[in-house]
This record gives sequence, structure tokens and C-alpha cells, in this order.
Amino acid sequence: MAVRRMMQMCSVALVLGLLSVGLVASAADVTMSGSTTVLPIAQAVAEAYAGIYEIEVSGGGSGVGIANIIDGTTMVGNMSRAVKTEEFASAVAKGVLPYVWFIANDALSPIVNPANPISGLTTEQLKQIYTGEITNWSQVGGNAGPIVVVSRDSSSGSFGSWSELVLDKAPVTTSAVYTSSNADVAGEIAQNRNAIGYVGLGYLVAGVKPVSVNGVLPSVQTALDRTFPLSRPLFMVTNGFPAGKVFDVIMWILSDDGQRLVLNMGFAPIRTLP
Amino acid sequence: MRKAGARGLLAMLRERWDRPLFFSLACASLVALGLILFFIFREAAPVLREIGLGGFFGRVWNPAGEPVSYGALPMIVGSALVTLAALLVAVPLGFAAAAFIAEVAPRWMKDVAKSVLELLAGVPSVIYGFFGLMIVAPALQNAFNLATGRTALTASVILAIMALPTIASLAEDALTAVPNAYREASMALGATRWQTIRNVTFPAAFSGLIGASILGMGRAVGETMAVLMVAGNAPQIVASLLKPVRTLTGAIALEMGETALGSTHYHALFALGVVLLVITLATNGAAEWFRGRLARKHGR
Repeated sequence: MAVRRMMQMCSVALVLGLLSVGLVASAADVTMSGSTTVLPIAQAVAEAYAGIYEIEVSGGGSGVGIANIIDGTTMVGNMSRAVKTEEFASAVAKGVLPYVWFIANDALSPIVNPANPISGLTTEQLKQIYTGEITNWSQVGGNAGPIVVVSRDSSSGSFGSWSELVLDKAPVTTSAVYTSSNADVAGEIAQNRNAIGYVGLGYLVAGVKPVSVNGVLPSVQTALDRTFPLSRPLFMVTNGFPAGKVFDVIMWILSDDGQRLVLNMGFAPIRTLP
Repeated sequence: MRKAGARGLLAMLRERWDRPLFFSLACASLVALGLILFFIFREAAPVLREIGLGGFFGRVWNPAGEPVSYGALPMIVGSALVTLAALLVAVPLGFAAAAFIAEVAPRWMKDVAKSVLELLAGVPSVIYGFFGLMIVAPALQNAFNLATGRTALTASVILAIMALPTIASLAEDALTAVPNAYREASMALGATRWQTIRNVTFPAAFSGLIGASILGMGRAVGETMAVLMVAGNAPQIVASLLKPVRTLTGAIALEMGETALGSTHYHALFALGVVLLVITLATNGAAEWFRGRLARKHGR
């Protein structure tokens, strides 16, 4: 008898627990999905909008972003590349018009310790360093010493951009040190004179030295006039011209406040900010 | 009126509902454990189909480049290397601390030493990681003239400090559980205190000491934050402690955040979780068995 009552109690508790889990999931005001490069910007926007609009953000990659716009499962598709011809065609075939917003410039700046005399490298040298073909600073005109390759984790948007713009997707040397944040990369570079890393523009702090790539120094200016080789535009895609809350959010991202947030997240804005 | 109502409710809770209440709470934790196991295994299972067991136990972990590869061996070796090196430091220190607290120290010093150990256990792991990154890593880099201070050895040193309280306090329990009659008999035969500890107390508490070491190992193998910060996370198989390595926990923490839901990479990370889970469940089970054996031996 007692056991039966206990079982009843148990099942009531379970049902209540499951119900409360079910109630938490609810519709968001704005949904975003796609590029993991754009993900940090999207997440920061969602945080900035906390308490105003509920913005639901997920990753998946640029391909997922445009696919979700085409099948109507997201309101904003994030992309770190242009929409491909085939994608555009299949969208139009389904009555969807991909409307592309240029929201930020991505620029990855190679950095070294200030004690390192190296001040410039070519994209080819960077590739050889990261794939492990070049392992000593003397091979690129520096002082003799082992090169410690520092990379972001392979799931991060920074890694994705680096892998595409510098490595042509070639694998990074297995002896590379991996860190979980831009700040941690800068931290290791600041205290290790053998190390080389890459960070977004927002992380060019005192204690690390930016390295020019093919003769161009990374800066907000060279990123937004696109002369810096490791820069590329980032996009948000909507189905047609948006209205309502989606429009509000995109207009805010394009505003000076939104672009300052973009800069703080380690990306370059789309224009010179006042 | 309200006060009387509240008291009435409390009394009712105590008299009629206490057993069902606690029973359902106990049920809830079991259900939670069951759900965790179920979901981890369910999310890991597609690995068998997508890359196969042979692929999963391969030597190269390269989830982003081309060719894509999800070999877990670098992380398994990394975890084993870091954990064993940490135990090599933490077990002798822990046993010595336990022997001091249980057998040698006067009452007041015993209290001080125990509370210091508890304090050590209570320090958040990110603090240990920060200490490792700022103090231990640069020190080791200079001492051994290394390319980088983020190495397996750095992680082992930090893990040894973190596992020390677990090992010392459980070993102390094991030593205290040895009946006093053993010590008295040994002393009565003319043995010194050191001889008693070495030849009587430690052998009598042997299985408890093993249990303490294994639980310390569980603590070390499962630690994530501090290791992620100092180990360097290079997915390479190395035989040296002075190179960066990636552990199972480090790989999951590093990559899970931005991995696309449902991708092969995502399932492979869950499979790493299964490996970790199997290791921790096995170490916990083994530790309980050893500690239980000690309790049975001394009739407790």
C-alpha cells in the first residue's frame, strides 16, 4: 500500500517536471541561424535586445543559413559568403527572394610578441607556418627559435575564416596550441616570444604586435576598404525586404551603436565610425 | 492564522508526506542519471554508422580541415598521460598528508590541516587554471627552456594540486578506520611510530588507500576548465610531458560550443563523452569496491 502511494507521488512529480520543461519552449520574436563566423555578432545582438525582443540564435554554417531562409524556418540567415547562383535559383523557384544585408567586415590579424622582430609575412608564409612546413623563425627572416603556432578551436568562426582565407582548408599542424577565445590567443602571444596567433581587430591590444600581410597592416581602415588580404564581408539574409521586428533589428545592427558592437566583438564595421 | 496554517502544513509534511517526498526526490536523481546516460549514448550512437569504431579510435583528430578525421586516440592518450603524471605527484603527497593528520599531528594541528585541505578542495577550478596559466606555465617554460609553457606537465601539476584534497582526506578516513588495537599491539611489540605506520597501519588500510587514489584519479580525469586553460590542447600523440596535449574534457569543452547540431563532429564529441563517462563510472565503481572491502575487513 505504502509503496503504491510512493509510486503515485513519483509519477506526479515526473509529470509536473516534464510539463514545466514543455512550457519553457516558446516562439521567439526574431530567429537567426547560419554562419558560425557571424554567430558571435548575432549572439551579442540578442543580448543587447534582451528584455526588448526575444532573439533566438543558432549556428550551422552559411549553407544552413540560406537553406533555412529558402525553406522558411528562420527569419534571418547569417552568411560569411555570398549567396551562390544555385541557391538563388532554388530560392526564386520557391517564391523566396533572398535580400542580402552587408552587416560587418571580418578581418583576421596575425599577431606576434612585441619582442619578435618579424613585422610582415605573406599569406604563403602564413600557410606554411600553420601547416607545419615552416617551423623556425629564421626561415622567415627572424631570429632562430621554434615557432609556436597558436590557433582558435576548430569550431570557431575565426578558425573557419583563417582556414579558408589562409590555409585553403589544409589541416593545421597537430602540434598547434589551441585556445578557446580570442583573448586567450592574445594572452599566450603576449607572454610567449616564440608564438604566432590570429585574432579579430577588437583584440589588437597592448602586448601583442600585429603583422602585416602581403605588406598591408591590419586596421579598421584597411579592413573596410578591403585592401587587407584577410578581410571579407559578412551578411545577413532575409526573405524579401523585412518588416516589423526583423526590420528593427537589422536597422539597429547597421546603426552606429550596432556597428560599435560589431567592432567590440572583434570584427570591422562597414564604415568609419564617428 | 497564517502561522498556524504554516505550522500545520509542516507537521503534515513531517508526519504523512516525509517518506513519499524523500522517495520521489531519490527517484528524481536516479531518473536524471538515467536520462543523462540515455541522451549521451543516443547522441554518440551515429558515430558507429558515420565513421565506425576503427575511425573513431584513429590517430588523427581534424574535424575542420580536409580530409576530415575524427580519431579520438590523441585525446585518450592525452587524458591518460596528464592524469597518470598528476597521480604520480598527488598520491605520495596525499598519503603523506593523510598519515600526518591521522597518526602524527596533535589535535589542534589536525584540525588546522583538515580545514586547509577542505579549503583547497573548495577553490573553483577556473582559479586553479588562472594560477596555472599565469604562474606555473611561464615558470616551466623558463625552467625547461620550452617553446610554450602550455604543456601536459603544466596540466599535471595543476591537477595534482586539485586531486590532493580528495586523496588526502579519503586516505585519512581509511587510516582512521584501522582499529586502534592494531597500533597498540605494534607499539607493545616495540615498533616505533614510523614502523607502525609503514608496517601495520598502511597495509591494514591498503584497499581504502587504493580507493582514495582511484577517486583522486576520477577527479583528475574529469577536470575540464583548468586543463583546458593550461594543457595547450594540441591534438597530437606525444610521449613527452613537455609538449602540449589535448584531453577528452578539453576537446569537448573547446569544440562543443559552436558545433552544428546533429553533425558528425557533434556526434563524435558525444562519443568522446561516452569514453569519459565509461572511465569515470569504472573508476568510481572500483573505488567503491576497494573502500567497501576495507569496511568489511574491519567489521564496520
